[in-house]
Formats: sequence, C-alpha cells, structure tokens
Amino acid sequence: MSTIAFIDTRGDKLPKAAQEAVTYASQLAGGPITAITFGDAQGIEALGANGAKKVVVARGVKAVDSQQLTRLVCEVAAAEGATTIVFVHDATGKAVAPRVAARLKAGLVAGATGMPEGDRFRRNVFSGKARAWVEVRSGVKVISLSPNSIPIATGGGSAALEEYNGDLGAARIGVKELRKAGSGVPLPEAELVVSAGRGMKGPEHWAPVEELAQLLGAATACSRPVADMHWRPHHEHVGQTGVAIRPNLYIAIGISGAIQHLAGVNQSKVICVINKDPEAPFFKAADYGIVGDAFEVLPKLIEAAKKLNAER
Amino acid sequence: MKILVLLSQVPDTTARIAFTNGDTQYDGNGVTFIMNPYDEWYALVRALELKEAKGSGTVTTVTVGGADTEATIRKGLAIGADDAVRIDAQPADALQVAELIAGWAKDKGFDLVLAGKETIDHNSGVVGAMLAELLDMPYVPLASKLDVNGETATVERDVPGGVEVLEVKLPIALSAAKGMAEQRIPNMRGIMAARTKPLQVVPAGTVSNVASTVKFELPPAKGSVKMIPADEAGKLIELLHTEAKII
Repeated sequence: MSTIAFIDTRGDKLPKAAQEAVTYASQLAGGPITAITFGDAQGIEALGANGAKKVVVARGVKAVDSQQLTRLVCEVAAAEGATTIVFVHDATGKAVAPRVAARLKAGLVAGATGMPEGDRFRRNVFSGKARAWVEVRSGVKVISLSPNSIPIATGGGSAALEEYNGDLGAARIGVKELRKAGSGVPLPEAELVVSAGRGMKGPEHWAPVEELAQLLGAATACSRPVADMHWRPHHEHVGQTGVAIRPNLYIAIGISGAIQHLAGVNQSKVICVINKDPEAPFFKAADYGIVGDAFEVLPKLIEAAKKLNAER
Repeated sequence: MKILVLLSQVPDTTARIAFTNGDTQYDGNGVTFIMNPYDEWYALVRALELKEAKGSGTVTTVTVGGADTEATIRKGLAIGADDAVRIDAQPADALQVAELIAGWAKDKGFDLVLAGKETIDHNSGVVGAMLAELLDMPYVPLASKLDVNGETATVERDVPGGVEVLEVKLPIALSAAKGMAEQRIPNMRGIMAARTKPLQVVPAGTVSNVASTVKFELPPAKGSVKMIPADEAGKLIELLHTEAKII
C-alpha cells in the first residue's frame, strides 16, 4: 500500500494545485509520500511541507508529452508499489492520468472534490448541477483532484530530490512557441475572482475591474461574449465552453448569469452578483447581490476595499 | 487522411437533472438528447474542414451506445461525416468506452482522432487520452486550433497565461475546445444524404470493470441571496470580510 502524486511544477513558483495534490496524497496515505514531476522545476524541495518525503524529477521532459510522462509515472508507481496515484485535474493531469489508468487497467476518478468514503470518491457532474459517487474497484486507483478542493497542509520538512535518468523514449510532441498573455494567478487556482461581462460596455472600461481585483488580490475573469468580442483575452473566459473554476469568492459584474456561464462558476463558495437588472438569473445563484449600475457600484467597492486594506 | 471523431449523445444543456433507480441512473424520461456540443461544434466540424481543405480523406464517427443514439449519429452524417459506427454497449465508465473504441479502431489506421473536450453530462474529458494510450498515439488535451501540413499537425491550446503552440507527427489524438471551429447547421441536402450513408453497428468486445458511478445526488440548495442597496455597495466588502470571512 503506497500512494504517489504526479504534479506539473514548471515555472518559477510552486503551483497551489500541485501542493494540494501532494497534501491529498499524503492524507490518503496517512504519511509522507513520493511525488513525481518534470521539466525545469524549481524549489520543489518545499513540497516536503505539504507531505512529500521524496520528489522524483525527470528534467529531460520539457513539454507535456503524455506518452513520456505516462511511462515515467508507471515506472515510479511500479518501483514504489503504488496502489493510489494522485494527479491534478488540470490540462497536464487530463493528458496523463487517463493514459496511466488505461495502461494499468485502473479505475479513474476524474476530478475528485474531496477525501473518499472508503473506495467511493465524489466528483461533480452535469456541469456542477449534480454530484456523483464513483466506486473504484481495481488494485491501483488513479485519482485526479480538482483544484481548490482541500486546504494545503503546511509544516513538514524538506523533500529529498531524486533525478530521474531512465529512458522515456523520444518526445513526439514539441513546443514550437509559447505566446505569453499577461501573468498573474492562473484562473483555475485563484481563490478570489473578479469577473465582468457585457455590462461593462467596452474594453476601455476595465480599469476599475482590474483595480478591484488587485486590491482584493483576486484574478480577473470574463464572460463568453466579452471574450468573443475580444474585449478580454480568451484564457479569462469562464463558463461551460471556457474555464470551469471553483474559487472561494466569485464577484460577477454586469453578467446576467446564463446557464452556460453558471456551469463554469456554480461551484464557487461565495458568489456576489452586481447587475442593474433585478431580474438577472444570476441573482438566483448568488449569496450577495447588488442591483445597480456597474459604473456607480464599482467605485464604492474600490473605496471599501482600500479602506479594508488600510485597516489590516 | 483518415479522421475519426468520437461522438456522444447527452441530455440537452437545459434539461432537468433528476435520477432514478435509487439515484444510480440519470432519469432521461421526457428529456431531449442532443449531440455533445464539444463533439459537434469543435471536433466534427474541424475534421470536416481539414478534409475539405485537403480535398481528400474520410471522416468517420464512432459512438458507444444503444439504438437510441442513432438519430444523433445520423445528424453527424447530415453535418458531413462520410460514415458512422455505433458500438452496441451501455458502458459503465470512461475506460470501457475507450476500450470498446480501441478494440474496433486499432487496425483501421486513423491518422487523426478528435474528441470534444468533455461531455456535458459526465464532464470527465478522459476518453480521448485513454484511447490515445490504447492506440499508442500522442495526445493533446483542450486544443483550440489544429492544422495539418503533410505528416505534421500544428496544435494550439490555451494554457494559464498564454497560448502554447505544439508540433506533433501524425498519427495524433486530441480533444477539441472552443476556438477550433464554428457550429455547422446541416442543410436539407446533407439530411437527405445522411439517410443512405453507412451506419455500421458493431458488437461490444470485452472490457475492464474497474469503476462505476454508484450514486448521484443533487447539491445542497443555495440559501437565499442577501441584497445590498446600491448606494451602500461598500458594505459588500465589509460583509465578505466580517461575515463570509473570505477576504
């Protein structure tokens, strides 16, 4: 009985979702676990704080080549005698976890949202309108964890690093180009999100949205029409066709709350809706609501956020 | 170029969500079923565009399900697929779907396998990657753009903070997300032609039985919304700090 976690830690900062996956694996195991990562990962010893005793890193794998990464995970899983393999349910996890499950003929839970009850894991289905309990009966279980599902464990020490030098076969996927479009917190990981829609009337009016987000330490997001009209970049689009998120706080400004938008945000813990139309369907899904014009409400929110920041 | 598109049938986006048989099954009574939008708008339409641009090749769709999925499969043919396969089974999980498709597709020599990014009922988004593993193909999830030049596919996808451009040698499997193509409405000629296009029914092979959904439940009802007057909007920030305790 052993549990391992595979995480994508490329970049200059340890992703929160990776720390969650290590925490989750270590809680399932009831003790420290082995984590696996790849690429130019920095500062991964710090995963010790989340419950990793050892981190195996395959530096030779640069891109998300799911075939190389599947071989890596299966090899480490065999060496460790792993019975549970934890992934993050993000773009990397979605490429590798299903392959590992198919290769090992293992049951997969895609997007678990918390700790299991026995062999049963809960996940969201029907775009958050229902939940399903999935029972896994195979000797090896593959679990991908939805971001923002559990609090990160801290404490622990530093994890030992082990460089992986085995043969993972030739890469079949090459990265030709990476076009950067801004920085900041990746949306699926953001705990606080300020989002705006058509009610903002044009891209030139986004400054107060960004200011409020910055004051709260939140990520910015937008509705589909706004991304389609190129007022905001596509990676900010949340909803059924865009990114699905489940932050602690979702503030929606000038978004009516169509069912397709709700599908991407209805798992947020607290939802605040600001809309000048009192009949906007979004109010039915909200915890807090303000009926008012965005251009009058936003300055008041900014002022209050400044005051709060000055007090703490 | 031989292209395979995975097609699923799902309850309509606005369908009522209820369960039956002791909450173990979706209650499809009186519900309209549609082609999974990501399979239709993105995967199938892009496959057709690639075939049209090249002026040769075939687009085949494959669906795992009962005879009740055939109207949806015919719609795929009406939109423009050349032929369709239905694997006659009621799968219990994604791995079974992938194994059934792989068992049929493994000796067919597909150059390109396209799936939607997920189905709107189970939201797993994993069948494409499982199938890629079983067919020994590279796999790219959540592609927003796909072009094929000779033996090389160029794939773009949105990643946090930007766009990644990838180059992969065929064959390749991928899942299609927004940006890939626009919806195509079948015209009368397509609908007529679809009636006589081949729809082959294939018996199910053997599958693993390692996981299944044992119970569905509805999320707890949301409490009522707390309204704040617009001229006191600043109070929202206070409440988020003192009452909700999230900022």
